[in-house]
Amino acid sequence: MNLTVVLAVGPVIEFDWYKLAPVVVVLVAAVLATLVEAFAPVRARRLIEVPLALLAVASAGLLALHLAISPQDISGATANGAVTIDPLGLYLQLAIAASALIGLLVIADRTVQGDDAFAPQASAVPGSEYEEQARKAGLTQTDVFPLVLFATGGMMLFPVAGDLITLFVALEVLSLPLYLLSGMARHRRLLSQEASLKYFLLGAMASAFFLFGAAWVYGATGSLSLSRIGTAISGGLTQDTILLTGVVLILAGLLFKVGAVPFHYWTPDVYQGAPTPITGFMAACTKIAAFGALLRVLYAVTPGLEWDLTPVLWTVAILTMVVGTVIGLVQRDVKRLLAYSAIAHAGFILTGVASFSPDGISGTLFYLFTYGISTVGAFGLIALVREVDAEGHMRGQATGLDQWRGLGRRSPLLAGTFAFFLLSFAGIPLTAGFVGKFAVFAAAFGAGAAPLAITGLACSAAAAFFYARIIVAMFFEESPDDSVVARTGLGIGVRTLGLTQIAVAISAVLTLVLGVIPGWFLNFTEELSLLWVP
Amino acid sequence: MTMTDTLIAAGALNVSPAASPAASVMWLVIAVPLASAAVLLLAGRRSDKWGHILGVAAPTVSFLIAAWGLFDLLSRPANDRIQDFDLAWWLTNGIDLDFGLRVDQLSLTFVLLVTFVGTLIHVYSVAYMGHDPDRRRFFAYLNFFVAAMLLLVLANSYLVLFVGWEGVGLASYLLIGFWNQRIEYAVAAKKAFIANRIGDVGLLLAMMIMFSEFGTLRFGDVFAAIAGVASWDPGHATVICTSIGLALLLAACGKSAQFPLQSWLGDAMAGPTPVSALIHAATMVTAGVYLVVRSGPIFEQTPVARLVVLIVGAVTLLFGAIVGCAKDDMKKALAASTMSQIGYMMLAAGLGPVGAIFAIMHLVTHGFFKAGLFLGAGSVMHAMKDQVDMRRFGRLDKFMRLTWLTFMMGWLAILGVPPFAGFFSKDKIIEQAFVPPPDALWQAWVFGAVALLGAGLTAFYMSRLFFMVFHGQARWTDDQHPHESPPLMTGPMIVLAVGSVSLGLILTLAGFDDYLAPALVQAHHGEPVLNAYLIMALTFVLVLAGAGIAWLKFGRASAVVPELPPAADGLVRAARADLYQDEFNHYALVVPGQTLVAVTTKTDDAVVDGAVRGLAWVFQGLGGLLARIQTGFVRSYAAAMLAGAILLMAIVLAVWI
Repeated sequence: MNLTVVLAVGPVIEFDWYKLAPVVVVLVAAVLATLVEAFAPVRARRLIEVPLALLAVASAGLLALHLAISPQDISGATANGAVTIDPLGLYLQLAIAASALIGLLVIADRTVQGDDAFAPQASAVPGSEYEEQARKAGLTQTDVFPLVLFATGGMMLFPVAGDLITLFVALEVLSLPLYLLSGMARHRRLLSQEASLKYFLLGAMASAFFLFGAAWVYGATGSLSLSRIGTAISGGLTQDTILLTGVVLILAGLLFKVGAVPFHYWTPDVYQGAPTPITGFMAACTKIAAFGALLRVLYAVTPGLEWDLTPVLWTVAILTMVVGTVIGLVQRDVKRLLAYSAIAHAGFILTGVASFSPDGISGTLFYLFTYGISTVGAFGLIALVREVDAEGHMRGQATGLDQWRGLGRRSPLLAGTFAFFLLSFAGIPLTAGFVGKFAVFAAAFGAGAAPLAITGLACSAAAAFFYARIIVAMFFEESPDDSVVARTGLGIGVRTLGLTQIAVAISAVLTLVLGVIPGWFLNFTEELSLLWVP
Repeated sequence: MTMTDTLIAAGALNVSPAASPAASVMWLVIAVPLASAAVLLLAGRRSDKWGHILGVAAPTVSFLIAAWGLFDLLSRPANDRIQDFDLAWWLTNGIDLDFGLRVDQLSLTFVLLVTFVGTLIHVYSVAYMGHDPDRRRFFAYLNFFVAAMLLLVLANSYLVLFVGWEGVGLASYLLIGFWNQRIEYAVAAKKAFIANRIGDVGLLLAMMIMFSEFGTLRFGDVFAAIAGVASWDPGHATVICTSIGLALLLAACGKSAQFPLQSWLGDAMAGPTPVSALIHAATMVTAGVYLVVRSGPIFEQTPVARLVVLIVGAVTLLFGAIVGCAKDDMKKALAASTMSQIGYMMLAAGLGPVGAIFAIMHLVTHGFFKAGLFLGAGSVMHAMKDQVDMRRFGRLDKFMRLTWLTFMMGWLAILGVPPFAGFFSKDKIIEQAFVPPPDALWQAWVFGAVALLGAGLTAFYMSRLFFMVFHGQARWTDDQHPHESPPLMTGPMIVLAVGSVSLGLILTLAGFDDYLAPALVQAHHGEPVLNAYLIMALTFVLVLAGAGIAWLKFGRASAVVPELPPAADGLVRAARADLYQDEFNHYALVVPGQTLVAVTTKTDDAVVDGAVRGLAWVFQGLGGLLARIQTGFVRSYAAAMLAGAILLMAIVLAVWI
């Protein structure tokens, strides 16, 4: 499987395509999908794109799994050190692929009238005559699928990047499609486009931080390779202003992607504005990928900078938990509320990262996987709750908390499942969320980071309040008089092709199973963490 | 099989020692009725037509697997019959909890009892609940009960046992209040639930002490740790063992309706009669005895807790018997009898390993004959338009031959007439009660005498019940036309009657004690203070006397039974009122409890909630304030990010500048 590509000029680069397969499959599928957009007839595009995207992501996940459990040791660098494959990276790739697959099901879904979440022509002015014609002509945006595939490819490359350049390229490959996707909402387009622009501007700024930091680190260590940077640091280069500044700037770039305070400002606006299926995809997969990259960078520069970075990480983690929780308490919009919840969760995961211990990594890995899975499911459910107008036509999403009142009586299954996800986010026992929280907080206690763990516990308790508020609204309050929320016989929100329901079912079952019998999975993540940090 | 192998290969399942094929699928015994309950509940009305068939099939399958498991177990050498299955459930940061099952002689005995009697009662219920619109829901609850009960007895740790323990409590609550359209039935269900919760606190306490002392809740590890108690500081060891023992006993008292937590059992008769037969006679109420027997190694180390077990058993034994003598409600009289018989088992369990064997044996035979008696009572109610007042029965033997005959077998069995089942189990308990522990001769005399007296009282109240229902003069209300029940009901009654006749003999001949002994602490046989044959003769005389008095008062053709309870002396009035246990509870527990609740509610409202509201107010204000930072202007976001990055750099550099 070793092919040698000789470039016209420059050194010989060894590509081990076998190890790169998970990423390559997704990116090749993305290119194919773009070609489909260019050449296939309009009517056929969706029919080709959806299976192509699902197949690509599923096989990428299976390839990662295959590599991870293959008996021979596949660890090692390839592509001239640009990519480092190891069990941890493969695990993260698998987690990303799994969440992306569920997310894709939600993205591909549409109502029985053929209404999907995306504007028929993103370039059309909202509410214009031209757009109305496009809608009547049944135009849909299948460009969504190549974009999602590119983003997924970038995400899967992110946690296996071996040097800062690859890390940056992966960052951009995953970010640029997301900026576009955020602006494509069919309903409330202006909000969506505003979110897209904000995300792009702030994202560009974060990228600039990252690049600037990479340059400083290069200046300090003379290398862009993570392993060589690590060697330089353990060689005694610790008290270096240039190095520290560079590392902090790189972290700032990554913490932006994670949505940690003080780089979180984009999160509520973008989560709210983006089409809900994209929000779910982005919230889950970006978080896994970015935390993966964060782990890579942090453990490349530690041991050595551990003591220098701990105060930074603690500050960020505590601020993130507190700000996410406190502002979350006053939100009146379900998507915005979950955005603040996502910020708080980033803080909880950071406590695991900042523990600098195998237990902390193990907890982080468990948390990332389960949080990703339940997040996709929760946003999938939000996508199902719509407004209806007087004639019974489906309108935009109903995300106001007031509109969710009494939902439990009209759609018991939907509301019950959503309540289950909320309980998992709140960390109630018998859900995966509880196990994840337990794992990271226990690790923090074990590693002497008690203040982090205590803040985390206090914030979890406070955050339970705003999750409970949604549950109370759904089950214990009367519906608003002018019932705006879609009502169907099945009690599962709007009538769709059913893909969302499949996605939600998968994520609910996983959340339950990992909450009730987490032992085997914790065992697994623990082994991974011990392999990585003995 | 393949699944088991896969789990073992993945390191998630730990099996010790090498497991037999039947034992490794024993989890199905629980899973099948659980799945059936889930289907029946989730499918709702759609499964009304076929729900009862599924409901009967599930415990039948469980029984067949359990029977296979028994043959499998018997094919193993006697000292290698304890098999543990541990599915890694929670493994992190030094907390090591497994979801484990234990297949051994004791658990399998229970599994067979629960599934066999359970299946029969399911069959009976098909006819008994035939006209109930909610029959499917009834079967769903019944299946759920079976699953929870099997989990309780198959657990290999206190933790998993607790899950089953709570499960049967829930099932019991749901089934007692099955006809919750009647307020008093709903109240009875609540009472049972609360009394059980008090007991559950005991189990929780015991688990907490164990976990903090031994760091594990698995039977094997806990007992191993307890066995090493000799090397501890003696004072500490005594305190720990005694507190665990007493906490476990509290749990057992709640579940098994033992003094002082017995008051719920009589009210629990509000549930449909098959429920009384299965849950409140044959299986769930004996879970407390199971707990004490299973925890034998703990009680071995604590003479104090064991003495308390003996006292509780003896008190309940007499208490139930006295109440049983005065009750006119057929089902409540049977409930009092159950209480008293479980008192016998508890007494036996407190006597040590040998007693424990007979406790379990009596538990099994009692499961058969008491379930049979309850089903007979249900058959009578079916014939008499749900009448339960024994003063309005009489002469039913001529109209319900099968019910009469099967009931008679159960009656003879509970009296302990040789060679019926009760003789082999109850007489052995009485004999064991006369065996003195090494340094306390008085115990043999006291507990022996109580057990002996109990036998006489049992004979009286059970004969009273039997004669008042089936003999004497007919005292029916006007519109009653007694008739025999359909075969679906009489069939299970006949099978149970056969068991009531023969099970004691079969178990004795088959060497039940040798079979069970390896699962318990090694036994040391002692000699009773009286000759065993003398004890047997005394018992027999007392039983004859009790039955004879009952015959004279209620059974003869010329006996006059007033249709309303006659005025009576203080003792009888007290017995009719359950010896004023409810009143005692009301004034000793409920009234102070309610006062406490009133006070704490006020305090909670003013102080705690006040603080919480204040905190919420502060947080909301803070949230509102912080939310203003989220202006929506991308320029301020960018500025804030820059400030944040500078702050972080400042933190890093400040460390050493």
